[in-house]
Amino acid sequence: MTTTADTADTKTAAPLVKLTDAGKNYGNIIALQGVTLEVGGSEVTCVLGDNGAGKSTLIKIIAGLHQHTHGSYEVEGEPVKFGSPREALDRGIATVYQDLAVVPLMPVWRNFFLGNEVRKGPAMDIAGMRTMAKKELLDMGIDLRDVDQPIGTLSGGERQCVAIARAVHFGAKVLILDEPTAALGVKQSGVVLRYIIQAKERGLGVIFITHNPHHAYPVGDNFLILKRGRSLGYWKKNEITMGELTGLMAGGSELEELTHELEQAGGEDSELRQVAQVFEQEVAELHVAELGAGRTPPSDNPEVKRDAPEP
Amino acid sequence: MSQTVDVGTPPAPARDERVARKSPLARLMTRPEIGALAGAIVIYLIFFIVAPPFRDVNSLASVLYVSSTYGIPAVAVALLMIGGEFDLSAGVAVTSSALVASMISYQFSANMFVGVLVALVVALAIGFINGYLVVKTGIPSFLVTLGTFFMLRGLNLAITKIVTGNVGTNDVSNIAGFEAAKKIFASEFSIGGVNIRITLLWWLLFVIIATWVLVRTHIGNWIFAVGGSAPSSRAVGVPVNKVKIGLFMTVGFMAWFTGMHILFAFNTVQSGLGLGNEFIYIVAAVVGGCLLTGGYGSVIGAAIGAFIFGMANQGIVYAGWNPDWFYFFLGALLLGAILLNNFIRLRAEASR
Repeated sequence: MTTTADTADTKTAAPLVKLTDAGKNYGNIIALQGVTLEVGGSEVTCVLGDNGAGKSTLIKIIAGLHQHTHGSYEVEGEPVKFGSPREALDRGIATVYQDLAVVPLMPVWRNFFLGNEVRKGPAMDIAGMRTMAKKELLDMGIDLRDVDQPIGTLSGGERQCVAIARAVHFGAKVLILDEPTAALGVKQSGVVLRYIIQAKERGLGVIFITHNPHHAYPVGDNFLILKRGRSLGYWKKNEITMGELTGLMAGGSELEELTHELEQAGGEDSELRQVAQVFEQEVAELHVAELGAGRTPPSDNPEVKRDAPEP
Repeated sequence: MSQTVDVGTPPAPARDERVARKSPLARLMTRPEIGALAGAIVIYLIFFIVAPPFRDVNSLASVLYVSSTYGIPAVAVALLMIGGEFDLSAGVAVTSSALVASMISYQFSANMFVGVLVALVVALAIGFINGYLVVKTGIPSFLVTLGTFFMLRGLNLAITKIVTGNVGTNDVSNIAGFEAAKKIFASEFSIGGVNIRITLLWWLLFVIIATWVLVRTHIGNWIFAVGGSAPSSRAVGVPVNKVKIGLFMTVGFMAWFTGMHILFAFNTVQSGLGLGNEFIYIVAAVVGGCLLTGGYGSVIGAAIGAFIFGMANQGIVYAGWNPDWFYFFLGALLLGAILLNNFIRLRAEASR
């Protein structure tokens, strides 16, 4: 992995990705404004926010699907404006989307090399790619019986992991993960979080988008919270606690209380703690849904929130 | 790195619950063309039993000839379907190509090959326009090509009438270059008393090339990918639009080739020809295991599908059955194949 060495060198020079006061307007709609963000090598930057907070817009700017209309976007100190995801990929910025990570009907190895096929004359080096995919996945701790099986037969967590392993293999310096744990259970989320750490240990900068602070806090080094297209703030890990993060993100003390209660109830017993974790997730998700429903009008609307069912 | 502790205990590699290694037979069962192969064998046996003339090797050659005239465009239609799109204009595009080649050479008294090349350009342009409209507008290809289907049908008739004053074209067999072109597109030869049409060889060649491209090259990987999930493919840098336009142009190419065969086999072309054939190409691809929704299928399967169609088409005649029933038979075949494919695919996917 020569890229690991590269990232280590560049880390000291300039941050891999740096947004300064970046914003995006769609016509007269302000989707995102005033976002400042820095990602260095071996760093996990978590972007948190509810539905509609501007997370997708942010990653689309970084990934090259959209372009920012305000502020600046620098890659390794050089201002950029990407015209396509391919341009971002060529600069080492790879994105793993929640639903779009893979093509389900295709075998694992074909997915792994999709868009980066190893050629041998006019044809592909199929045997080589099979072995390489298997080995690379094994290095990331994914032990597949058969890289010829359709990737759709893998579990959601495994699919995300294959997509992450693929990005790492093809020399990504910055990995953008779009809600990789959103559709996953507790155990599978843990697997994905572990790969985030692995990617970080390999020297990559990771941008981890999530609406679950319980997933973000353990792996993150920096935290950016978005709300209604604005940045609520940017913190280093030692500047913020898990509770503060949750509170800021959800904007409600109610959820925080419930979380604490459940955590205390969990206490020593690991089984109970797991139950508590599941509850936390569900509560967080309910809360997100509720806020999403209440958020539709442009101004704060406490009535809608109050009318929403209690979690 | 101390903050990484609470991620949770690393889970064991997901190896448990895995089934044992698949047997070669089980692997074969997951191939997309297996349903078509089984169907082809059954239909062959049925006609072999009920229709004595069917057993003759020359009958087989003639079945293969009919199969090849549908199988050649079906090669491209299958690739397109694997790429997630449809082309309803393929049937009339065959006729358009033949009409263009015939009328250009006849009206301008040009060498036959001038007409042949102009027809190629026209056919590729039709494919390009279909593809361009589909990728740029995002309108389903079913609707776009339904539109071009009717437009071509109208153009075929209207322009032929304006140019020749008739619904068919003039005989081109006296034009310079006709014989040479006929050698390429519509000749026949005999091996051991069996009459082989050259389209059969072309068909085999196209199937081999298309299968190789699909399975062995990165282009094939992209075809599967754009059909399986265009947004995912785009996200990893696959040029989705180029692949799709290229596939539509491949259909144009095969339509041109088939059109040239018809022109040089019959010397004249009727402008109404080819209506409904687009469905037969699609039936061949679907019977051969291509998923209507894209991302899955095989060119060999489509070839077997075309062979089934050829057997049914000719076998009914050999068996002395009333040919009025042919389309009923074709529809039943299609439904049966879809059910069989669904069943097999569900079993294959349940192998986890």
